[in-house]
Amino acid sequence: MKIASILLVDDEVQFVETMTKRLNKRDFEVSSAHSGTQALEELKKSSQIEVVLLDVKMPEMDGIEALRRIKADFPLVEVIMLTGHATVESAIEGMKLGAFDYLMKPCDIDILVAKVKDATTKKRSHENKIVDARVKEIIGRRA
Amino acid sequence: MSFKNENKGDGLINQSYYQSVRRNMIMIVMFISFMPIILISGIVLYHFDRAYHDKVYAYLGELVEKQKQNIDVFLNEKLNKIQFIVRAFSYEQLCNESFLQNILSMLHQSQMSVFVDLGVVDDSGVQVAYAGPYKLLQANYHDADWFKKAIESPYYISDVFLGLRGQPHFIITVRQENFGKYWILRATIDFVTFNNLVENVSIGKTGFAYILNRKFEFQTKPRFDISPLDSPYKSLIDTTTQQIDIDPVFYKDKNNIYVFAYLKNGDWFLVYQQKNSDAFVDLYRAQLIAALIAILGASFAFIIALWVSRRVVSRIARVDQEKEVMNLQIIESGKLASLGELAAGIAHEINNPVAIMVEEAGWISDLLSEEEFKESENLSEFKRALNQINTQGKRCKEITHKLLSFARKTDNREDNMQINELIIDVVGLSEQRSKYEAVSIETHLQENLPLITASMSELQQVFLNLINNAFDAMEKKGGKISISTHQEQDKLVIQLKDNGPGIPHANLVRIFDPFFTTKPVGKGTGLGLSICYGIIQKMKGSIEVQSSVGEGTAFIIKLPIAKENE
Repeated sequence: MKIASILLVDDEVQFVETMTKRLNKRDFEVSSAHSGTQALEELKKSSQIEVVLLDVKMPEMDGIEALRRIKADFPLVEVIMLTGHATVESAIEGMKLGAFDYLMKPCDIDILVAKVKDATTKKRSHENKIVDARVKEIIGRRA
Repeated sequence: MSFKNENKGDGLINQSYYQSVRRNMIMIVMFISFMPIILISGIVLYHFDRAYHDKVYAYLGELVEKQKQNIDVFLNEKLNKIQFIVRAFSYEQLCNESFLQNILSMLHQSQMSVFVDLGVVDDSGVQVAYAGPYKLLQANYHDADWFKKAIESPYYISDVFLGLRGQPHFIITVRQENFGKYWILRATIDFVTFNNLVENVSIGKTGFAYILNRKFEFQTKPRFDISPLDSPYKSLIDTTTQQIDIDPVFYKDKNNIYVFAYLKNGDWFLVYQQKNSDAFVDLYRAQLIAALIAILGASFAFIIALWVSRRVVSRIARVDQEKEVMNLQIIESGKLASLGELAAGIAHEINNPVAIMVEEAGWISDLLSEEEFKESENLSEFKRALNQINTQGKRCKEITHKLLSFARKTDNREDNMQINELIIDVVGLSEQRSKYEAVSIETHLQENLPLITASMSELQQVFLNLINNAFDAMEKKGGKISISTHQEQDKLVIQLKDNGPGIPHANLVRIFDPFFTTKPVGKGTGLGLSICYGIIQKMKGSIEVQSSVGEGTAFIIKLPIAKENE
């Protein structure tokens, strides 16, 4: 079993390809998208995706807007923002909208991997809590 | 910025420009202050002159008129006396010498010695009787001018002449008929008495009167020696007039004023003459005072004009200079702003390719860790190269980040803060490095400074940059950095001074330009001071640098005080 299932979203195709290779090599399952719209479609297609790596600066729909929609439609999916520059403002805004964390490009692969793992853990624990709650609810109903 | 790029050519042009401004100002001030002085004093003086002339003329006219009347009265009275004698006594009685002597002494009693002598002359011109001090009995006047005239008219007053006695005198004669024959009673008027009558008329130092006949011969002795034949008023005298009631006539030339009146049926005329300088002494004094006041006023106005123009022009020059400096600053900040925008664009654009390069390098190093490459002899070289790519990629990232923070458009959160606390914080942050570099940091902070509105992190960045620059400048040789704060009107002044090697003048003008650095390649981005400049500028403050090679460098930051303080 893979460590986690990741969706990588960036308009820079080359960046996405290389990053996909590197993450694959580190036992992640990676799907990719080149725009916010594509990312939403990917998410609809595959419910396996646990973490989204989302570039802030993209044409058409920018990262912040994509984040807002992802959080609205798939609240359990964790999002890590990738920013081209350290604008504290966009990072803060991203965090306010429910992003798990942010990273500056170019980033160290090890740090990235660590962050993704953390996000996965968080997501899974969330899911578990929800499952537990349901189980309890069902048990309670029976009783 | 404090760089005054003074162009020497401009300076020269300005000099002459300011001089012409000043000249114009002086001329305008002089014109404005002179016009009223000239107009008023001109008008007033003119009217005063007229009035004073009128007054003097009126006074002199009256004087002469009165004098003329005096003389006419004098002559008429004498004539009346003689006429009375002629009518009262017969020819025979008067021919009696002792009788005549009696009459003369009677006249003397009542008239002092106005009558010198009396004589009876028959129609042949022989003096048949005589009373007086001279021996003139039987004197023959047949050929004398006066006799010819006297025998032809009922009475006659002669001009002054020397006559037989050889002394100036004049005579009054009255003709009478005795048995068909004319005879004449002749009286000599004492010349001295008559002369006194006229000579006593004197005003001031130079005013005097005299009488002339129609031939312009003196009938009295003038007080001063003058030649009546050369008199400039000659043409004015009507030597044929018989009318004696004409008003006095005035004549004024460059030096003198003359007033005349006709006497004795126009035979004589009384001339009063006075020097202008004497007659119009008050007028001339007033004119002199006016001239003095005008000159004083003019020089005062001139001095004021000089002073005011110098002040105004120097103020204009200062304002111009300030404007020029401000223009330079605007150009400078405009340059920096556009550079900032450019830098921001580059930073954004360059970041993605750099990220890809770094990722590709990362991918290669991932691949290298696989078994098949483990034995490659150049493996370590590959790894070193990839590491280098990674390091340089991070350096690029740093540069773009710094560029972005220099050009940052969105404001950081601003707070009212105490500058001294911030400086103490920053000095604390630098303590580690200062120990290492053997640099002592001193602070002279004025207490109770007002608050400023600023972004804490930005200002920290500014001071950290400046302190780090100072450390770098001293190149581990050790030294001293002193930071002082004080208030200057509505500004806070923070001075950061080091005793490092200083900055050469050529570099000083470029020090705030982005990418300008003197540090070796790879050590500095040349953005530190640009960022400081941008931050301070955004806060509406100013940053200046003063440096002299060998002595050190001082950065002076002026920040506006927060409005809440007021």
